[in-house]
Amino acid sequence: MTSRARKFLKDARRVTADLRHRQIIHAALHNYEAARDRRKAAFADWLTARQAAAATKWEAINYLDENLTAFADKLAARGAKVHWASTDRQARDIILQIIQDKAARCIVKSKAMTAEEIHLNEALERAGLEVVESDLGEFIVQLRREAPYHIVFPSMHLTRGEIKDLFQSKLGSAPSDNPEELTMVARRVLREKFINAEIGITGANFAIAETGMISITENEGNARLTAALPRTLITLLGIEKILPRLEDLALFLPMLATAGAGQPMSGYNTLYGGPRQPDESDGPVEFHVVLLDNQRTRLLADTEQRDALHCIRCGACLNVCPIFRHVGGHTYGTTYSGPIGSVITPSLRGLQDWKHLSSASSLCGACTEACPVKIDLHHHLLHNRRNAIAKRLSYLEQFAYDVFTAIVNHPVLWSLGKKAGRLLQPLHRSIQGGPLDPLRSWTRTRDLPPLAKPSFREWWRKRK
Amino acid sequence: MTEREKILGRIREALKVKAPQPLTPDEAAELPQPPAAGARRWLPPVGDQFRDWVELFSRNAADLKAEFHLVSSSDEMREELVRLRDAEGWKRGACHSGLLPDAICPALGMPMFKTDKFYDIHALEGCDVGITECDALIAQTGTVMLTSRSAGGRALSILPPHHVVLARRDQLVPDLPSAFELLKMEYKDNFPSMISFITGPSRTGDIERILVLGAHGPRKLTVLCV
Repeated sequence: MTSRARKFLKDARRVTADLRHRQIIHAALHNYEAARDRRKAAFADWLTARQAAAATKWEAINYLDENLTAFADKLAARGAKVHWASTDRQARDIILQIIQDKAARCIVKSKAMTAEEIHLNEALERAGLEVVESDLGEFIVQLRREAPYHIVFPSMHLTRGEIKDLFQSKLGSAPSDNPEELTMVARRVLREKFINAEIGITGANFAIAETGMISITENEGNARLTAALPRTLITLLGIEKILPRLEDLALFLPMLATAGAGQPMSGYNTLYGGPRQPDESDGPVEFHVVLLDNQRTRLLADTEQRDALHCIRCGACLNVCPIFRHVGGHTYGTTYSGPIGSVITPSLRGLQDWKHLSSASSLCGACTEACPVKIDLHHHLLHNRRNAIAKRLSYLEQFAYDVFTAIVNHPVLWSLGKKAGRLLQPLHRSIQGGPLDPLRSWTRTRDLPPLAKPSFREWWRKRK
Repeated sequence: MTEREKILGRIREALKVKAPQPLTPDEAAELPQPPAAGARRWLPPVGDQFRDWVELFSRNAADLKAEFHLVSSSDEMREELVRLRDAEGWKRGACHSGLLPDAICPALGMPMFKTDKFYDIHALEGCDVGITECDALIAQTGTVMLTSRSAGGRALSILPPHHVVLARRDQLVPDLPSAFELLKMEYKDNFPSMISFITGPSRTGDIERILVLGAHGPRKLTVLCV
């Protein structure tokens, strides 16, 4: 077992037993489920809408070269500077260079999981820059020096009391634990930052090939401010965010809001197609768009799992996943958690290091059911398991499978084994699940039912 | 070789084999080409009369905690705005030049900051209300569609604590697909640098998923339609 897998197990065990954590997550997701079901029911035909979304994303990804070049060329023609980054390091260097060329110090950021993926904040801070997360949830986890708990709800694991204490100690101001008052504290602090920021950094939810625009979905208006006030705007996005046509958004915007948060539409869906134009009075003078590969082309080369690139990061699969709800977002140790994270992380960051995530699944299929673009998530988890084994198996595992294969392939061995099993099982019962049990990793939390007597074969023979 | 060529090279190499279609042939046969062209059939139904759309927009606005008033004349719009000024205690406002703001805003009788030309962001930050026009009101979702060209730039509709939209009846469209059609018709190949779909006032649920308005942008959104 790798050290990452061991850590996953340890953390999962701890968090799963934490009843307070479970209660917080349950409460947070309970309302989500009701709202999502209501919004889905408001659609005239949600199922066909999903199929159309899946077909649209299939086209976007299977013609990615054409779509990306169209997007980049259109955007550049309108005065934006488009950068291409093969690796996380290149993306960090590009962004750092833009900031240093401006001799800027003050940076505001709106929520971007891609920036989490390349550990942008750490790199900027190491270079002596101040970067402030402006999405309230991201602002809270940044103050805690913690990764987002969930790709859409970064601070859903915290109570208002914890946030009050945090604001008290870090900002010196927290009048009460009333969510409204706490939000206003953050608003005041961040408004000041917005007014003074020289650089804005955002992510993007969609990139429109037809018109060369990025689209940002949010509720707070912090991305709107980030893209309006600073003189320089930098947008970092993965190459898979592409959609072929502008009007595809008529379908994707309401579906993203419905699946992700149970809303008919998110508060602000904003398209940006360049820096300030000659006839415009405000907005950034420079607009840089950084397109990130970072192993996405590896996922693209795998035709079986290519559709994992259709993901629009709505978070619906996390919300319904029994594993996510019990082990919590931080246990994954990845930027993208939950079912989609378990599917793509092995491709993005190495199969052997992250294969354990694909086993952290009950294969119930709730994720596949929830996905608005119909990614076959739970089958991809099975593909990962298969691929992990095809690649390499530990000697012990290989030996165990060899023995098992020999037994099930030879009727004599099988019946001997069965008899031995029946003899030994009463002895095993006395140590089952205890420290002396050789099968402990299985039996510690699970029952091992007694071997049937008579066995099916014996029963069948007698019946005849 | 540039990084662009390298990435595109890897993409082309990967795409030599197409991935299996996500839908069965039967499912695919039912979709129009392009698929999103059928969005109107699947999205929430909107009715086909103007009064259905008015009713739907106001119901959605109420759900979103936005205010919506359909007024019958410019005079009534002025009265409504003056009533808001008094109720909210506005001292300073901001707007841009345009048919409706030019006709309506002087009635407020208070200093109005203009964002038509390059301006000082601190001055806008000090305003109690931002008044803009828009491109469309979308009944289906209670959304206001506006652009940097139609609404006085990027900041006017997001920085002040109250955003008032002045709209005309003929700007009310039934659904999202109509809004995108309108966008393409109106701007063709010369799009503004920002197009925003605003659905309710600024909101957050990041603390225990409890709804709070005015997270960063306007706490209040009022739509006046004449």
